[in-house]
Amino acid sequence: MSEPAARAGSEQRAAMASREVLTEQLAAHGYIVDDALAMSVFLALRMQRPLFLEGAPGVGKTLLARVLAELFDTRLIRLQCYEGLDLAQAAYEWNYPRQLLELQGRGGGAVDDLYREAFLLKRPLLQAIDAAADRAPVLLIDEIDRADEEFESFLLELLGDFQITIPELGTLTARHRPIVVLTSNRTRDVHDALKRRCLYHWIDYPSLATELEIVRRKVPALGEQLRRRVVAFVQRLRREDLSKLPGVAETVDWAEAIVHVGRPALDAATVDATLGLLLKYHDDIERVRGALATQLLAESA
Amino acid sequence: MSEPREHALARQIERGLVGFTRALRDAGLPLGVAQSEAFGQALAWIDPLVRRELYLAARATLVIRREDLAVFDELFATWFGGPAPARPQATPLAPRHNREEFFRTALVSYMAERADPTAREVEVPEQHRAASAHELLQRKDFADCTAAELEAIARAMRALRLDVTLRPSRRLIRARRRGQLDLPRIVRDAARRGGAVLALARRRRKLRRRPLIVLADISGSMELYARILLQFLHGVTQRHRHTETFVFGTRLTRITPQLQIRDVDAALDHASREIVDFAGGTRIAACLHAFDRQHARRVLGRGAVVLIISDGWETGDPVQLDAEMRRLAERAHRVVWLNPLLGRAGYAPEVRGMAAALAHVDDFLPIHDLRSIQALAARLAALPRRKTTARSSQRARPGAEVQR
Repeated sequence: MSEPAARAGSEQRAAMASREVLTEQLAAHGYIVDDALAMSVFLALRMQRPLFLEGAPGVGKTLLARVLAELFDTRLIRLQCYEGLDLAQAAYEWNYPRQLLELQGRGGGAVDDLYREAFLLKRPLLQAIDAAADRAPVLLIDEIDRADEEFESFLLELLGDFQITIPELGTLTARHRPIVVLTSNRTRDVHDALKRRCLYHWIDYPSLATELEIVRRKVPALGEQLRRRVVAFVQRLRREDLSKLPGVAETVDWAEAIVHVGRPALDAATVDATLGLLLKYHDDIERVRGALATQLLAESA
Repeated sequence: MSEPREHALARQIERGLVGFTRALRDAGLPLGVAQSEAFGQALAWIDPLVRRELYLAARATLVIRREDLAVFDELFATWFGGPAPARPQATPLAPRHNREEFFRTALVSYMAERADPTAREVEVPEQHRAASAHELLQRKDFADCTAAELEAIARAMRALRLDVTLRPSRRLIRARRRGQLDLPRIVRDAARRGGAVLALARRRRKLRRRPLIVLADISGSMELYARILLQFLHGVTQRHRHTETFVFGTRLTRITPQLQIRDVDAALDHASREIVDFAGGTRIAACLHAFDRQHARRVLGRGAVVLIISDGWETGDPVQLDAEMRRLAERAHRVVWLNPLLGRAGYAPEVRGMAAALAHVDDFLPIHDLRSIQALAARLAALPRRKTTARSSQRARPGAEVQR
C-alpha cells in the first residue's frame, strides 16, 4: 500500500496539503466546491476511503470523478451500473473461447493451468486494482442505485479492503489504492453496509454564489448582468413543484443558449423559446411557459 | 503532540466526541465502529479546535443518510455549542425523530376504543359448527364484524400467501433447455472430461417478484376498515420483501419501516404513531402528488404493482386526480384499486373523482371481506407478465372476480 503522496506528482501532492488548496486546485480544473464537499473530498483522499456522492441528477457527481482524474493526472475507470450488472461485466470473466481452444488443442491431459491470468478478461473493477499500473487510477462506480442489491454485497470486499477474490486464482490486492467515487441518484436506498465503508456526501443544488461562479467559468461569453439574471431565474425555478428540477448542467447549457440568442436582457419570450434546455418533461414545460415564466422572471429580478 | 497540556486537551476532545457519537446513535443514526474510527482518523487531518472544521469532518464521516443531516446538525449544536450551522435547505425533522409529539394519535385512541373487553370471553366455536361459522366469516363485511370475528379474520389472513407476478431480471441462472449457452459451465465440464464437450449447458434470465406498493386510505369514511386492513398490510409486508406501504388522509405517511416489525401489535402501534391524520378528511389527489414527488422515483422503478385502497369518497378536484392517476399508471406495471364499498349492494362508482381515477386503473376490486382478500391474492398471482396498455379494456369488472 503506497502513501497517497507517493502516487502523484508535485501539483497533486500540493492538492492534498489542505482543504483550501484542494478547493483551489479543483476550481482551476473548473470544478467549484463548497466547504462541506471540499472536506469530504479532502478526507476521502487523505484517508483513502471511497467517496459516496448522493444527490439529484445534474448536480455534478460524475463530473467530480472526471476532474479528480484530471487533477491527479491519472486514468479514469468508469463502471456504469445497471440492473442485472454482474461480476462478469463488472470485475472479471474467464476467456471461455480461449480456454476451450486450449483444451481442444491439448486433447486431454493436465487442466490445472486453465485458470491463470492469461485467460482472465479484466473488467473495470479488476482494472482498478491491477498491480501492473504505475499509479492509482480514479474508479468511478456510477449510479450504483441502478445495480441490484446483490451487486452491492460484492462491492463490500472491494471497497473495504481494495481486493477482489477470484475463486480459481486467489485474492488480488491493489498495490496503489484507487481513488473511488460512487454516485447514486437515489432511485432506491443503497444499503447502509456499503455506505459505512465510504465517506457519504449529499450534494445539493449549488448556492447562488457557487452557481454564479460555475457559469462565470463555463460560459465566459455571458455578460455579468445577464449571468446574474440567468442564474437567479434557475435558482427561483428550483423552488417550483416540478417533476425534474434543472441541474447545473442545464444551467450551463441554458446560459450558452442565451449567449447565442444575443438579446441584451432576459425577457419572457426568450425564456419561453429556450425552456426546453432547462426542463426535460413536457408537463413541466407546459406549466412554466407563459404566465409562470413571466412571474418567476419578475420575482428573480 | 508530546506536551502534557495537549494530551489533556486531546483526551478532553476525545471524551466529548465519544459522548457525541453515542448521542447520534441514540437519536437513531446508523453509526458503526467504522464511522467512529473514520472520524477519529479525520481529526488528524483537520484542526478540531475550529468549530466549522470539526463540524465538517464529523458530518463527512458520521452521516451516511441524507435524512439524518437535520438531526446531526441539531445534536452537533447541542454538544459543541453555538447555533446550528446554517444549511442551504433545512430539512424538517422526520416524525420518527419526534415521537413524543405523535404519541397519542387518533388511531391509538381509536384502536383502544375498538378493543372490546368482552371479546376475550367469546369461545372458539365447536368443531362441527366451525365450518359454517368460517363460511359465514368469509362473506361478512369487515364493517359488520365484532372484535372476535376480526381477530379470526386476522388469523386467516396470516395464513394467506400473496404472490406478486414475476418479471425477468438480468441475472442468469441454469436452464434445462432453452436459453443462451453457459460457457463457464461448458469449460468447467470440458476440463473435467479431458477437453471433450459432451453437453451444452445453458442459462436463462432469473425471474423475480415485482415490488408491491400500497397506498391505503385511512380517512374518516374508511374508519371501519382501517385496522383490519393495516393488519393485512402487515402480513403482506412480512411475507413480501419488496413492499412499500403508505397511508393517506389529508397527508401521505410512509409506514413501511413500522410494518416491518415482526410482532403485529407492536407494528401497528408504531405505525399509528406516525399517522397524524387518521379518521379525518381525504385529499387523494394531493397525496398521490406527494407520493409522485417524494417517493415514486425511488419505489416505482422496478415495474411495481400498485395497490390503492380507498372508497374514493372524497377525491377533490377530478381534473387533478385524473392527472395524478395518469402519471402513476404510466410508471407502474399495474394499478389495482381496492374499494371496500364495492362489496355493498347497489354501489357504483358514481362519485365524479372516482370515475376519473378509474380510467387509469387496471383492476377495480372489492376488499370488504375475507373472500375478497383471497380473490385479490389470486388475482395478483395471475397478473399478466407484460404491461398492458389498453387499461380500461383490460380492467376486471367490479364483482366479476368474486362471484361465488
